[in-house]
Amino acid sequence: MSEIAIRVEGLGKRYRIPHARRPTMLREALVERLRAAGGVLAGRGRPPAEETFWALRDVGFEVRRGEAVGIVGGNGAGKSTLLKVLSRITEPTEGDAWIRGRVGSLLEVGTGFHAELTGRENTYLNGAILGMKRAEIDRKFDEIVAFAGVERFIDTPVKHYSSGMYLRLAFAVAAHLEPEILVVDEVLAVGDAAFQRKCLGRMEDVAREGRTVLFVSHNMDAIQRLCSRCVLLDGGRVAALGESRAVVAQYLARGGGEYAAGSWIDLAAVPRSGSGEVRFRAIRYGSPGPDGTGPAYPGGPLRFELVLDSDAEREVGSMAVSLRTPGGTLLINADVFAKGRTLRLRRGRNTVAVQVEDLPLNPGVYSLGLWTGDSFGPGYDAVPGAFEIEVVPMHGGEADRVYMERSGLVACRFDVVQEPLPDADGGREPGLHASASSAGRA
Amino acid sequence: MSTHDADLTWIRPSKGWAAPDLRELWAYRELLYFLVWRDVKVRYKQTALGAAWAVLQPFATMVVFSLFFGRLAGIPSDGVPYPVFAYAALVPWTFFAGGLTLSSTSLVGSQNLLKKVYFPRMAIPLAAVLSGLVDFALAFAVLLGMMLWYGIVPGPKVVWLIPLLALALCTSLGVGLWLSALNVRYRDVAYVVPFLVQFWLFATPIAYPSSLLEEPWRTVYGINPMVGVVEGFRWALLGTDTAPGGALVVSTLAALALLAGGAFYFRRMERTFADVV
Repeated sequence: MSEIAIRVEGLGKRYRIPHARRPTMLREALVERLRAAGGVLAGRGRPPAEETFWALRDVGFEVRRGEAVGIVGGNGAGKSTLLKVLSRITEPTEGDAWIRGRVGSLLEVGTGFHAELTGRENTYLNGAILGMKRAEIDRKFDEIVAFAGVERFIDTPVKHYSSGMYLRLAFAVAAHLEPEILVVDEVLAVGDAAFQRKCLGRMEDVAREGRTVLFVSHNMDAIQRLCSRCVLLDGGRVAALGESRAVVAQYLARGGGEYAAGSWIDLAAVPRSGSGEVRFRAIRYGSPGPDGTGPAYPGGPLRFELVLDSDAEREVGSMAVSLRTPGGTLLINADVFAKGRTLRLRRGRNTVAVQVEDLPLNPGVYSLGLWTGDSFGPGYDAVPGAFEIEVVPMHGGEADRVYMERSGLVACRFDVVQEPLPDADGGREPGLHASASSAGRA
Repeated sequence: MSTHDADLTWIRPSKGWAAPDLRELWAYRELLYFLVWRDVKVRYKQTALGAAWAVLQPFATMVVFSLFFGRLAGIPSDGVPYPVFAYAALVPWTFFAGGLTLSSTSLVGSQNLLKKVYFPRMAIPLAAVLSGLVDFALAFAVLLGMMLWYGIVPGPKVVWLIPLLALALCTSLGVGLWLSALNVRYRDVAYVVPFLVQFWLFATPIAYPSSLLEEPWRTVYGINPMVGVVEGFRWALLGTDTAPGGALVVSTLAALALLAGGAFYFRRMERTFADVV
């Protein structure tokens, strides 16, 4: 019996570059054919070959049975493409992959949910789509419903569900999938913090049960907790392969992708609203440290540098940098308005820095938003989700001791002390007294 | 690793034309069942008349045909009352046309599935065609009622309805496979389908009998597989003496060619569905 669950050799996937647009109307296809044929007839030779790019190239690695392997890399590194190829959603252009065992892929929760169907019906449909047998769903049905906590609404069409209930049910079905090999992509990036934690907990259980897991995430904390080994992809190629901590460290050292700390991020093309009299142009963020700018970490300083364009000289009442959970809960809103000041902008280009002294967030991925406007008037520019930043765990040193192994969104310094308390009741033992009073307070 | 274990999947680029993997489709039969079940469940949700639509469509067409073609134009109906004559053809026709229409847009309508989960893609258009069987059963029950009304008692020939229905299914699926795969790349298909269905309706002997044609041509007419289906239905149910022998053989061959061609074309295109859709 082989110990290898997944073996990938020389895998490549080529896509056509979107701007080399292919005809999607029959007429265009016909016209193009005719034109190409005309060109050949006219002796101009063949039309230029289509532009292509390799989303994956020469990728090779092995995953042993029962091993959890993480795949990390910046946006566009080929992580999702790799999962799609291994899930057989799309074919590779070259190379081979062998997979031993039944594969369950979770590239999304709630795939195939139909709004008109009830929770019960969707559970069966979604289960079947994910590859479960009907008998298996029958057996796990009660457990799934209990996990999702939607017992009362199980016979209600899911279009009447709240988004939270919908997600919980969708994840509950997925969480009860028991394939030999589980392929997961960023499923945890949905829902509120509590839901994400529940998902992560379930994933850890799966990994502990000895199933083979291939896990893609931007969340370095989750990757390190879940996976023993990691593959780092960069530009579609394997840039590093090995023990998670080392690979994650290498990834972060390279700048951790497109929206990395320390480099300017262009905001010209992000979705936004507002009058446009003032516009955010670019942003750079990071934690200043002895070795230059690094990623954000719990309890660390965090500095945002902003470039704004104003169409006139003006006094701006409000300009804020906000951080939200991926579910949209506002965590931090650093607004100049809150400081009781205004911002004086000159016509043209302006730079402003916002500094957070002691970032009160635990490791995770947070969405960054920007806003500027008059204190009570209309907004000039609002960028609700400019991009995501990651707060990474700091290993080593004091930060490690204080902030590691913590759950909850918010970081706070705390201590646990055990010391004799003032002896109020005479004969009582201090220990008993302390536990009784702390129970009373809780 | 050897390649002959059952649980070993080998992922590699496929080249050229490949035969459809029927064994795999069979392995995913439960998913197919759930897809059919979903289509059936969802079809008439939030409609005021619900499943009555399944009967109303062919029935209303029958009324219109009886009025204009039967009464006004005086088109012959092989010796049976015109309404039954037309309705017996409209029941399999509606199944065929509905299956064709639904399956042709089925892949594009399921693009989130195509992009996120693996299963044999053929299950999607196949489920769309199969889901029409429920409507067919309802419309067929009305047909039996009409026959009772007109005092027509079918003979043992009714067993032929099963292979005839299978022929309609093959034709519908064959065209559906071609169109659904084309529709992934060229959205024109969605505009072509209503026109195609209308054209095909008049190219099929529904409002008129194929006995209007002389013999070598009546057999040649079978190139349209629905000719065999429709005339077969009339012959098996109403006992018209126009046994569609020759035409039926031609129709069967045409339907099989359509289905095989569709299946191969679909298989060739399916590897790029997730990238193109």
